[in-house]
Amino acid sequence: MSLFLIVALPFIGALVPGLMIQAGRRACALATLSVTALAFIGLMTHVPAVLRGEVVQARVEWLPALGLDANFFLDGLGLLFAGLILGIGLLIIIYARYYLSREDPMGQFYAYLLLFQGAMVGIVLSDNILLLLVFWELTSLSSFLLIGYWKHLPEGRQGARMALAVTGGGGLAMIAGMLILGEIAGSYDLTVILQNREAIQSSELYMPALILILLGAFTKSAQFPFHFWLPHAMAAPTPVSAYLHSATMVKAGLFLMARMWPVLAGTDAWFYIVATTGLVTMVIAAVIALFKDDLKALLAFSTVSHLGLITMLLGLGTGMGAVAAVFHIINHATFKAALFMTAGIIDHETHTRDIKRLGGLRKLMPATFVIATITALSMAGIPLLNGFLSKEMMLYEASHTPWAGSYWVVPVLATVGALFSAAYSFRYIWHVFFGPVRKDYPSKPHDPGFGMLASPAFLSVLVVLIGIMPSLAEPLVRLTAAAVIGGELPEFHLQLWHGVNAALVMSIIAVVGGVILLALHRPLDRAWIAAPRPEAKIIFDAVVEGAASGSRWLTDRLHDGALTRYAAIFTVTVLALAVHAYLTGGISRPTRAMMPPGVVPTIGWAMLLIAAGCLVAFHRRRLVALVLMAIVGLVVSVGFVYLSAPDLALTQISVEVVTIILLLLALNFLPKTTPSESSVARRVRDGGIAVVAGLGAGALIYALLVRDFAFPTISEYHLANSYKGGGGTNVVNVILVDFRGFDTFGEIIVLGIAALVIYALTEALLSSPVRARLLAWTDESPDAGDAHPMMMVVVTRVMLPVVLMVGVYILLRGHNDPGGGFIAGLIVAIAVVMQYMASGFAWAEARQRYPYHGAIGAGVLIAGLTGIGAWFAGEPFLTSAYGYIHLPPIEEFEWATAMGFDLGVFLTVVGAVLLSLQSFSRIARRSGDRVSAHPMDIDPSREEC
Amino acid sequence: MELLVASAIGALTAAGVYLVLRQRTFPVILGVSLLSYAVNVFLFATGRLVVNRPPILSDDAAGYTDPLPQALVLTAIVISFGMTAVVVMIALGAYLSGDDDHVDTRPGADT
Repeated sequence: MSLFLIVALPFIGALVPGLMIQAGRRACALATLSVTALAFIGLMTHVPAVLRGEVVQARVEWLPALGLDANFFLDGLGLLFAGLILGIGLLIIIYARYYLSREDPMGQFYAYLLLFQGAMVGIVLSDNILLLLVFWELTSLSSFLLIGYWKHLPEGRQGARMALAVTGGGGLAMIAGMLILGEIAGSYDLTVILQNREAIQSSELYMPALILILLGAFTKSAQFPFHFWLPHAMAAPTPVSAYLHSATMVKAGLFLMARMWPVLAGTDAWFYIVATTGLVTMVIAAVIALFKDDLKALLAFSTVSHLGLITMLLGLGTGMGAVAAVFHIINHATFKAALFMTAGIIDHETHTRDIKRLGGLRKLMPATFVIATITALSMAGIPLLNGFLSKEMMLYEASHTPWAGSYWVVPVLATVGALFSAAYSFRYIWHVFFGPVRKDYPSKPHDPGFGMLASPAFLSVLVVLIGIMPSLAEPLVRLTAAAVIGGELPEFHLQLWHGVNAALVMSIIAVVGGVILLALHRPLDRAWIAAPRPEAKIIFDAVVEGAASGSRWLTDRLHDGALTRYAAIFTVTVLALAVHAYLTGGISRPTRAMMPPGVVPTIGWAMLLIAAGCLVAFHRRRLVALVLMAIVGLVVSVGFVYLSAPDLALTQISVEVVTIILLLLALNFLPKTTPSESSVARRVRDGGIAVVAGLGAGALIYALLVRDFAFPTISEYHLANSYKGGGGTNVVNVILVDFRGFDTFGEIIVLGIAALVIYALTEALLSSPVRARLLAWTDESPDAGDAHPMMMVVVTRVMLPVVLMVGVYILLRGHNDPGGGFIAGLIVAIAVVMQYMASGFAWAEARQRYPYHGAIGAGVLIAGLTGIGAWFAGEPFLTSAYGYIHLPPIEEFEWATAMGFDLGVFLTVVGAVLLSLQSFSRIARRSGDRVSAHPMDIDPSREEC
Repeated sequence: MELLVASAIGALTAAGVYLVLRQRTFPVILGVSLLSYAVNVFLFATGRLVVNRPPILSDDAAGYTDPLPQALVLTAIVISFGMTAVVVMIALGAYLSGDDDHVDTRPGADT
């Protein structure tokens, strides 16, 4: 099976549980199981090749320009981790089937689990480090969903947030580290990077890259001081804890350190950072674990401690250290997953995880007792179980490792760690299963069914098998360790009896000490509880709260709601940049001859300047300002006509009409005057900014207008191909519907969205307290004597068909003469709006048969379908075609697929304009505009008078 | 002619900026509308000013003006209507629900 498929299967399969849950919980679990099983089998098909020492690869270029390729490779290390992820995943899926209660949404659970599984498999099989980072972040996100699965529990939500903040934050650091690493090696492919040990370690960027990458690994693998998120993540359902904390999530950090071992390890920096962190984590977490009363918290801290142990082994930078680390990764995954499952069983059966409320379960839950004892003794490092073997190797490595010249620091601390590890393992057995049977369990405990016991039982068999016959695991360890080291393996042989050596002595001290500590647990526990110690969650919350209030303070300072200030700052900044550009850049001499200004253009120019000046002077009288703005718009339209832009003129004048109507509608409810508020200084300041901005804009365009194009324009192409390629002589329209059709398609969608936003805002407004206000609205200005003048009503109704006709004409001729969908849409919209104005909103609306939303949707659809039509001709989206048809009574006429597109534009524009205006009119309706019932009933208010 | 167009753009920009810096919603909307005139004419003018040569292909035309800025400005005009409408709606909603048409959040306001 291709590596792509192995990685993709869990992601694709994540859809399955959601669908299969309809068929029942058993079907859902089975479907999930088969997805993982399929991926697992796919992985197993590669085992022979990997055993032969080959590296299985699958490569696809994704974004080669960024160095991001979908490259995967499978070697010993990848095989071990992918096998653990998928194999333990199988057991977890079976276990969760029986663990989850009826109220828990199982489909969601399995979907999250598969997403997480896919992300993990992606990490361990990625060849490209950028791809690896993508999967790395995916594990943070999907584990967030898993940890917070019980959404009703505040601990679950907080734990999920904390895990995401810590591991996600570390992931960000790692991105930076990986990018540096890729830059040094000149490639983002792991297989290449791993060949560049000398270049990387001699680079001056080695230290920053190392620290950043280790930040990612340490946060993920819960190393001190980032260990605190792991115990809080225990609020998750137990199958999640078992999965995340034994085989997957927290092992991702270890995987990364192992993966990068050949290029990063072996330096002093690596040893002191990694080995020290691991050692400290191992000891501190083991001590804390002994005093945790919550079964899962105890296991969580024991996980942290064992992760520290493995980190330390990797940090040694020696071949044997790597071998021991790999072996302990395997052993820890087996016994820790089983232990979590037994904790889950106890919780499930007794309804408590508090060790102080348990005890005596040996007789009540014999099967669980046996499994828990075997696996916990393995964790303690008792001979004949697999934990013993790797712990011995660790102690042996520790016994001859100097630390800053001292030969006793590492061995002593390692022994202390092992001692506490033995103590909490014994406590897990002794305080839970031994002692008298109690009468006050929250629920009557008994062994669960086979389904729940199967997975941990299977794992405990593995624990014993490897413990007695370590040679069984040896090929796997050799294979994986060879991949980690990337070179010659040191001489070693996994065996039970190494003779009496330092490690055995340390081991005996640890076990005996562990028993003594357990005996002394009660007084020690009292002392522990009494002792002051930092609580990680409180510190974390304080840090988060501090960061949040700091950024809130900064945002409040920068963003205090003074829009005018932002506008002023923005304008001044733009002006400053423009001045800078002018002062530092050069400017060529004018090359274009100026056109002599005619008399008519000069009059228009004067009108525009006077209107703009009056607009500023009289802007407080809002109605007057609106009239002045209409004048400006008209002059601009006329200017377009004069300057050879008939299409623009038509568009501008029709938009002008709609805009003014819209503003009039709004003004109905806004104050009619603007009070004078600004101080003189403020007005002078604003005036200054405005004048400088105006001078700048004017000077810039003047400079452009008196020079020729700096580069040859692409307009020649459009002019030459408009008729040949687009079948139209109106080049502007052909550009809109053909050359730049995709832009236009986007623009009509924006227009439609704007109209729908207005509609939604109106809806929200009318369902808010504003509605009552509108109902009680009294207009302070007196009504015109005649709200619906007879002349206007009659004229608009007679004109309606004529205007519609004009609209259709403009639409149809648009391809060859000024016109087209935009202009036609606006004209038709104006025709309908005239009915609104003359006969009243209610009258017009009562006669409206189709909702305007439909017109917008139909328009976008028609335009889109016209574009898709090109696919059937084997052309790209929106390629147009045209031809000629001769119908006998009419003369020959042209057709073009662009007409369909323009029809879509037309419908969207009509719908959008009318929906906007209608929305405003609905506000007016609320304030008491009455409905007239008869077609020629002109003023409904008159009858009541 | 060039001077007329350039000075008109300058005047529209100045008037627009001044109104945008006012404190009530309605003048700000007028200011934005004036600015969009200025920007549209500016963009249009980057195709240089040509009289009597519309970009409508015909056999007896002496030449054509640059059609590309026209096409860009045409959609810009329509879109600016949509944007004006949304802004007006927001201003209206804010005024109706808060009985206040200031654009700045003033000290002591509850939002």
